[in-house]
Amino acid sequence: MGQRAAIGNEPWIMQNRTDGGATLQAGGAWIVTNSPPLFESLKTLSFRKDEPITVELDRLERLDTAGAWLLYRTVRDLRAAGHDVEYKGGTEAQMSLIDQATTNDALCLIEEREPNVVVRMLEDVGAVVMRVGGQATASLAFVGLLMETLWRYTKYPRRFRLTATVKQMELVGLNAMPIVGLISFLIGVVIAYQGAYQLRLFGAEIFTVNLVVTAVLREFGILLSAIIIAGRSGSAFTAEIGSMKMNEEIDAMDTLAISPMDTLVVPRFIALVIMMPLLTFYADIMGLLGGALIGWLSLGIEPMQFLERTHDVILGWDLGVGLIKAPIFGALIALIGCYEGLACKGSAESVGHHTTKSVVESIFMIIVLDAFFAIFFTTIGV
Amino acid sequence: MAAEDLERLAQQSPEDARQSTLKDVAIAIRGLEVGFGGPPIIKGLDLNIYRGEVIGIVGGSGTGKSVLMRTVIGLNKAQAGSVWAFGEDFLTLSFFEQRRIEKRWGVLFQQGALFSALTVAQNVQVPMREHIRNMQQELMDEIASMKLSMVGLPPDAAPKLPSELSGGMKKRAGIARAIALDPEILFLDEPTAGLDPIGAAAFDDLIAHLRKTLGLTVVMITHDLDSLVTVCDRIAVLADQRVKLVGTIDDMLESDHPWIREYFHGPRSRAAGVGKR
Ligand SMILES: Nc1ncnc2c1ncn2[C@@H]1O[C@H](COP(=O)(O)OP(=O)(O)O)[C@@H](O)[C@H]1O
Ligand SMILES: [Mg+2]
Repeated sequence: MGQRAAIGNEPWIMQNRTDGGATLQAGGAWIVTNSPPLFESLKTLSFRKDEPITVELDRLERLDTAGAWLLYRTVRDLRAAGHDVEYKGGTEAQMSLIDQATTNDALCLIEEREPNVVVRMLEDVGAVVMRVGGQATASLAFVGLLMETLWRYTKYPRRFRLTATVKQMELVGLNAMPIVGLISFLIGVVIAYQGAYQLRLFGAEIFTVNLVVTAVLREFGILLSAIIIAGRSGSAFTAEIGSMKMNEEIDAMDTLAISPMDTLVVPRFIALVIMMPLLTFYADIMGLLGGALIGWLSLGIEPMQFLERTHDVILGWDLGVGLIKAPIFGALIALIGCYEGLACKGSAESVGHHTTKSVVESIFMIIVLDAFFAIFFTTIGV
Repeated sequence: MAAEDLERLAQQSPEDARQSTLKDVAIAIRGLEVGFGGPPIIKGLDLNIYRGEVIGIVGGSGTGKSVLMRTVIGLNKAQAGSVWAFGEDFLTLSFFEQRRIEKRWGVLFQQGALFSALTVAQNVQVPMREHIRNMQQELMDEIASMKLSMVGLPPDAAPKLPSELSGGMKKRAGIARAIALDPEILFLDEPTAGLDPIGAAAFDDLIAHLRKTLGLTVVMITHDLDSLVTVCDRIAVLADQRVKLVGTIDDMLESDHPWIREYFHGPRSRAAGVGKR
């Protein structure tokens, strides 16, 4: 006599010995929720070599496809081991489920098999090289196409989408004013505060004004605006264009002979090139205001005095150095944002991936370019 | 079979409706009202879905077929009415009690709604992984393979991502996921929309086959007259915010409601051979 694994609605399985062979009795609810313990206990079955086996189903209370599968795979393995196996006592519905399991026995791959480590590493390196090469060509081609599109506007100015451009200017410029303003103001406050603290040691508090003016106008105004816009608009460009791509809207435009360059890329590009300098100028003002506030509250520099001092210390190029960078950074953000959007393909996941990539690339490029600009401007002495 | 007496359903007491779902009724919908702020999309809707039947839900575009299905499975909120399933008022249950009942039905959404980051086979394994404790990977692989074969997908489709499949294959994979836990009821939202006639006919066969072998109850929203004729036991027509008529195809042909007449006597229905029956 074998032992019963469980009672009631619980599934159980019992092994008995008879004269001419063995029986395997299945009972209780053989359903998918009960399948893990059944799977384990079926592994522990053992029979004498070549003895015939009867699988008795009359005590089965419930059976579903998972249960039928477990029965079938047990019988299949026993038969393969040389036993004569037959089912007994199953209802018509139960036998039809077992038939289903029998006819649908086709184990398939769950995910693509990974090749071995060395091959995979070589493959990865190769893939990266190809991808970087491919991306470099593709992004150059993209810039070229954009330039060509812009050039064509000199001949066919009507193709330029003024409405879309103005709309984008509102989205990327006007709507960004609160956040850009607030952050620049706070940075002005921080620089003035930290600067004043250090400069007080030398009794040179008044130079706080010089510090704020130079830092905000040359670097912080533009850098902060560019980073905020990369996070705010660069990501939006990628996500918008990417989901249109997903939805086959870009393909639809192509077939209608509407260029996505005209409708999507150029308006965003122009809007950012125009709005970045304006936003930067506004960020500069807000930064100076923040500095002035701290100068007044903590150093007792009257606002008028701060203004006069600012007037004195601004050298011709402080403002210009910041503003010159603005359209370049704007163009960069728009190019990367749109390029990554058009590069989306396949799934929603790809949109997320390219959006992240667009923001990270833009910010990286902005900071690298800014470093080059700093060296360049110092070298030429402005 | 005569047209069902919808009046009678509307008069039934809640207790009777509840009791009926413990016997031959899979889902009993009573006085359902759904809206999104404006005028209600569905109002005073009554319907019985019997165990083991395939019921087709038809109606013009925008009459609220998808809304009805989403409400019954708890994705939309109802303003009034009740949905009885397995002896309980589904809509009044707590979130966790609803999860318990949801395991007993499977849903195929209009677009398939496969998880795009997972392979087809992994999609089928998601319900097992989520709802069954300690299920062995080997067993999940085997059962997923069986389900994929049951819905007629070739083995080489299993390790593919959904984006690499055709529309018909996505729907089949969606069905495989819906039947992963051997549900009692299967909800299908326009399963044959967007398939070619041969693919659609094969899909109808699949539904009939699964229903026969697994004893499923199937609720199928469809515009496909062929599906209605070949696989549906009964048809419910959604019009004027409620189920206007429910019955067999013959009941539909006898009706003098203008929309129903046009739908079942139009040129397309003749092409589907409806009138000849
Ligand atoms: N989430 C929602 N919010 C507002 N209106 C909705 C929502 N879902 C559906 N509707 C409206 O409900 C009506 C019925 O929609 P639906 O059930 O999708 O129609 P169909 O019968 O073609 O499946 C439509 O008018 C639709 O605009
Ligand atoms: Mg719909």
